[in-house]
Amino acid sequence: MKKTTVTIAASLALAFGAAACGTSSGGDGGSGSTGAGTFTAPKVPMKKSLGPMEGQVNILAWPGYAEDGSNDKTVDWVTPFEKKTGCQASVKYFGTSDEALNLMKTGEYDVVSASGDASLRLIASGDAAPVNTSLLKSYPDIQPFLKNRAWNSVKGQMYGIPQGWGANLLMWRADKVNPAPTGWDAVFDKSSPYAGRITAYDSPIYIADAALYLMHTQPKLGIKNPYALDQKQLDAAVNLLKQQRPMISEYWSDYLKEQQAFTSGDTVLGTTWQFIANLAEADKVPVKTIFPDDGSTGWSDTWMVSSKSKHSNCAYAWMDYIAGPSANAQSAEYFGEAPANAKACALTSDKSFCDTYHAADAKYADKIWYWTTPIKQCIDGRTDATCTDYGQWTQAWTEIKG
Amino acid sequence: MAATTGTSGLLHRRPALRAGLLLAPPMLWLGVAYLGALAALFVTAFWAQNSFTGDVERTWTLANFHDLVTIGVYRTIALRTLAIALLVTVVDAVIAFPVALYMAKVASPRVQRLLVVAVLMPLWASYLVKAYAWRGMLGTGGLVSDLLKPFGLDTPGYGLTALIVTLAYLWLPYMVLPIYAGLERLPGSLLEASADLGARNGTTLRRIVLPTVFPAFVAGSIFTFSLTMGDYIAVRIVGGPNQMLGNVVYDNVGAANNLPFAAAVATVPVVVMLVYLAAVRRTGALESL
Repeated sequence: MKKTTVTIAASLALAFGAAACGTSSGGDGGSGSTGAGTFTAPKVPMKKSLGPMEGQVNILAWPGYAEDGSNDKTVDWVTPFEKKTGCQASVKYFGTSDEALNLMKTGEYDVVSASGDASLRLIASGDAAPVNTSLLKSYPDIQPFLKNRAWNSVKGQMYGIPQGWGANLLMWRADKVNPAPTGWDAVFDKSSPYAGRITAYDSPIYIADAALYLMHTQPKLGIKNPYALDQKQLDAAVNLLKQQRPMISEYWSDYLKEQQAFTSGDTVLGTTWQFIANLAEADKVPVKTIFPDDGSTGWSDTWMVSSKSKHSNCAYAWMDYIAGPSANAQSAEYFGEAPANAKACALTSDKSFCDTYHAADAKYADKIWYWTTPIKQCIDGRTDATCTDYGQWTQAWTEIKG
Repeated sequence: MAATTGTSGLLHRRPALRAGLLLAPPMLWLGVAYLGALAALFVTAFWAQNSFTGDVERTWTLANFHDLVTIGVYRTIALRTLAIALLVTVVDAVIAFPVALYMAKVASPRVQRLLVVAVLMPLWASYLVKAYAWRGMLGTGGLVSDLLKPFGLDTPGYGLTALIVTLAYLWLPYMVLPIYAGLERLPGSLLEASADLGARNGTTLRRIVLPTVFPAFVAGSIFTFSLTMGDYIAVRIVGGPNQMLGNVVYDNVGAANNLPFAAAVATVPVVVMLVYLAAVRRTGALESL
């Protein structure tokens, strides 16, 4: 018995030694949250010219962005890409920006469709490479109001090509929710008759939805931007979400789980993407969605290329293809968002699609609060306050869920 | 007989070398891959993370453990996980004992074999299939709500009750089999002697059967308890908005990419299990397994 203990102790000590070798001593931890306002992107080389195709590309995408016909035979724009370029595409869908960030860090993926709450973090950590837009034939057709924005560029250098943008919507079961909800108070109202059947998005970024609601209902808090919350404002948003928590049947991050919960009726009301509503409607589930008058959070997605990409030529080919008029029209229409490519509007199957989604309407686009990574520097321009960063939001989110 | 030469001869002459070679691979596996991974986990728990880029910063800090202890929500989650693990274990023990007793002492050999197969059968199906089956059954308008309707009840819906039911179902075979094995070893003559001395069935059960199979209960409980402590999938499928320790680990690895904090959280179930095993050892149950 004693001998075994010694052996175990020895192997533990060995492993400790090995692991400890990687630790630099001294210094304090967790203080290096660099802000977008101040950070200079790490030097990552940009592609100068295109070479021969590598025959393979690993794509990390939001669900619905890279359909190869496996969900619906008629929905397929990946296969034509493969035929055209000879790049075999392997697609992995992710449910939250955090998941995308984490997967990109593995270096296994060549391109990613990053929302604003992931893109800057990818740039700051050196996982995303600057993109040479002169190598992309589709780039000149991209809507001008999507170029060189805070979430896809650093100091005038683009880090990708825009895919599309849209708003998080309020969805409900038309046969179970009466009268139809008109705004976000439907999911935050303490005395909601649908308590226990409400859903919310399972990510710290959902705190911004609560902050947006408070921005309109409690002007005294002085929230000007739902992604720039000082401690007091964050606490207010967290309290609102804690009050919402008992009414939640499930939080969702897996789109299939939300679709299934709405189909069975376990969830009847909550935040969604147009894409999920489309899937539910295709299954004859009576769901309805609105873009509430008070506005909503939303996304503006950018295809970015990994700095560790082993298939960068195929990655550029993919970016060029997916942001090109035809594939951009198909993916944006399938997902239910405004396409980034101005020429895509002529190619959608529903000719009024771009009008419905206000694709060319820069003013409308400005009404959506795009997912942005919260950082210590207040991005609403306040200099007399310190804002809460994403780490604090993540912590708060765990506490909200309890 | 010709002198043994070469490798086989060497191995034959030196039993210590033979034993060493034979034991080296499994010991390496145990020492490096298994305990080493645990040690690496423990070391990672003392590192920090850059909250913006999500990169691990290899500097020593106790901040993770400080957060774990001082932030109330983690205590709540740890206690909830512990309570779920205990409840699942109790539910499994209560269900498994009569089943095992019938299998070992009442059923004919033929029925006995059939029952063993029946208990083992669910283990052949995937965990996910079973968990999603329960999601379907416990959902609105599902089988559970149909069955309970005549009694004026409804499905508990997704939440802790649903979670305990599902986990108790998933781990039941791990409780039935050890108790069954324990009861098999209990000589029938003991029960007869007890009856001859005038004990009623209840007394025999309480004073003969339960004390003898107690180690088997303990063995089963180690399975059900530790499997529940580490679970994070069932709770996502049927647990509603609730979180267990496994979810906190998963979210910190998968979503927040905060490996150091995930490692710190992951030490909690390890510590709980060590305490549990130490407590079990004191009862002497491990020796008589």
